[in-house]
Amino acid sequence: MSGQKINHILHQKQNIPICFSETTLQKVHKIIAHYPEGKQKSALLPLLHIAQEELGGYLNADVMDYIADLLKIQSIEVYEVATFYSQYYLDPVGKYVIEVCRTGPCAICGGEDIQDYLEEKLQIKDGETTADGLFTLKTVECLGACGYAPVMQINTEFYEHLTPAKIDTILEDLRLNATNDKHLDTTWAEKYS
Amino acid sequence: MGRKILLENSDIPNIKSFDVFRAHGGYVSVEKALKTMAPDEIIEEVKKSGLRGRGGAAFPTGLKWTFLDRKSNKPRYLVCNGDESEPGTFKDRYLMEKLPHLLIEGMICSSFALGVNTAYIYIRGEFKYLLGILNQAINEAYKNGFLGKNILGTNFSLDMYVHPGAGAYICGEETALLESLEGKRGNPRIKPPFPAVVGLYDCPTVVNNVETLANVGYIVNFGGDAYASIGLGKSTGTKLISACGKINNPGVYEIELGMSVEDFIYKEEFCGGIKDNLELKAVVPGGSSVPIVPKKIILFTASGEKRLMTYESLAEGGFESGTMLGSGGFIVYDQNACIVRNTWNFSRFYHHESCGQCSPCREGTGWMEKILWRIEHGFGNMKDIDLLVSIADKIEGNTICPLGDAAAWPVASAIRHFREDFIFHVQYPEIIKNIKHGALYKYENQD
Repeated sequence: MSGQKINHILHQKQNIPICFSETTLQKVHKIIAHYPEGKQKSALLPLLHIAQEELGGYLNADVMDYIADLLKIQSIEVYEVATFYSQYYLDPVGKYVIEVCRTGPCAICGGEDIQDYLEEKLQIKDGETTADGLFTLKTVECLGACGYAPVMQINTEFYEHLTPAKIDTILEDLRLNATNDKHLDTTWAEKYS
Repeated sequence: MGRKILLENSDIPNIKSFDVFRAHGGYVSVEKALKTMAPDEIIEEVKKSGLRGRGGAAFPTGLKWTFLDRKSNKPRYLVCNGDESEPGTFKDRYLMEKLPHLLIEGMICSSFALGVNTAYIYIRGEFKYLLGILNQAINEAYKNGFLGKNILGTNFSLDMYVHPGAGAYICGEETALLESLEGKRGNPRIKPPFPAVVGLYDCPTVVNNVETLANVGYIVNFGGDAYASIGLGKSTGTKLISACGKINNPGVYEIELGMSVEDFIYKEEFCGGIKDNLELKAVVPGGSSVPIVPKKIILFTASGEKRLMTYESLAEGGFESGTMLGSGGFIVYDQNACIVRNTWNFSRFYHHESCGQCSPCREGTGWMEKILWRIEHGFGNMKDIDLLVSIADKIEGNTICPLGDAAAWPVASAIRHFREDFIFHVQYPEIIKNIKHGALYKYENQD
């Protein structure tokens, strides 16, 4: 499984030069300093979150090689981590990634109906992106919000007690947001103030 | 009964901020610990308190602390486990969101007791919003002299950082969490050596759950005996219970250990009874990993006594007629719940979350998921039911970490207590195929 994923990563290599903005780089160095000297690899998970958010929405080989250089580790050390954790995307995604919880407590409270409704409304299946590039739909396992079921996250922002009517409003708001190019939440880098 | 330790002040406006928290008695324990107590005295008080790990394993916290390798001259670390990913559990997120300073206060006292100068809070990546809340609280604590060099003018220094995960249930297992904190895949380590000896960066490390650490401030302030006087028997103190499923009032409740399960489910100030006035069918009281049990077992022990919300009472009867308090993820199922579908759902979860190191778990969880899918969708046969029991039995105890057990117990217990549901699925596949998402399931009227 991981072998296939890593092949997939290697095939995407385009050798495009990549760099964080100056502001983000300052944050990155601050994060690296959270860990003891020589243990800078510890910053890999937070850095991949920031990279995914700021360098194209998903982790391709060029982005990951850049992070490897930043942390002075081998590229494969980044690939093996990126292929392990479910929040890292290895393929392009829409502007808004809708992740619907389908685990036990959400499922018994209508989570599966919510997934059905979203698929019908957006005319896409699990894992697909709308033609306008706005929405990607994914089912995920427990989001740790079981008391507020059914639940979904959009770009890691929680949406709880979902109903079809509520989803209509949420999607409408996002379409408006998209034209204003407004972010839902502060960025990963901004969380480190 | 009914005393609170953690959430007493949770409704005070802006208790999230340092100033308000401090004005309500916050950080007093840090002053007491650093200025009037020796580190070993704090460990002694925590031992006396009877506090047990609130992440699910319920290991005595004070005892865990004594395992820390004190002879080693390497740095020591305290890591707070905020990876909360067990289905049904959402209490740590609640605590960190409402009272971030309570956790930081407990971590400072704990770090002082353990001789730790660097502490990390590991939160699951899906809790990105908590990263901002915790970082802000930590910054406030630094500004007010409760973190950093020479805290309150003493020789004690402590740095604290938040580290986000990226979506992996397995990272709640403490050695997988340490791997993840080192920037690696979350593959659990073989124990021994335990983290107390070889932990983060091969240094002595204590890993404790959010709720566990949040209790330490109270223990320092009022003493281990005062803490132990709350609760019942060996289940001392309070427990955060995150209640969800088919109940009227889902949410996070701090209960004094020892109240009856029946009161917790039916009383208005807690779950408030079953939604839509339906009958209670089953409960998973401690997160998806613990055995699912039917109404008569969750309300009463085999000897006919009322079942209580304590570690001992919930476990009474072993797996034959008991379950576990676990993480306090309390999932309630009404009469219409399809136990087969729920078991299939949990199996899919564990298959998805298995790290893949150990064959019994990597392969076994997949087999269980497939077989349960087959039964749930009307393609099963009678032999499948016993095959599931056999697979669960062969996973349990045969893996590096407890994920294998966690995957096996829900399947084994569902078949032990709800075998007739599985048999019905095999006998009436045509009915099963017509039920969307397993809802509305009244097999008793079919014969």
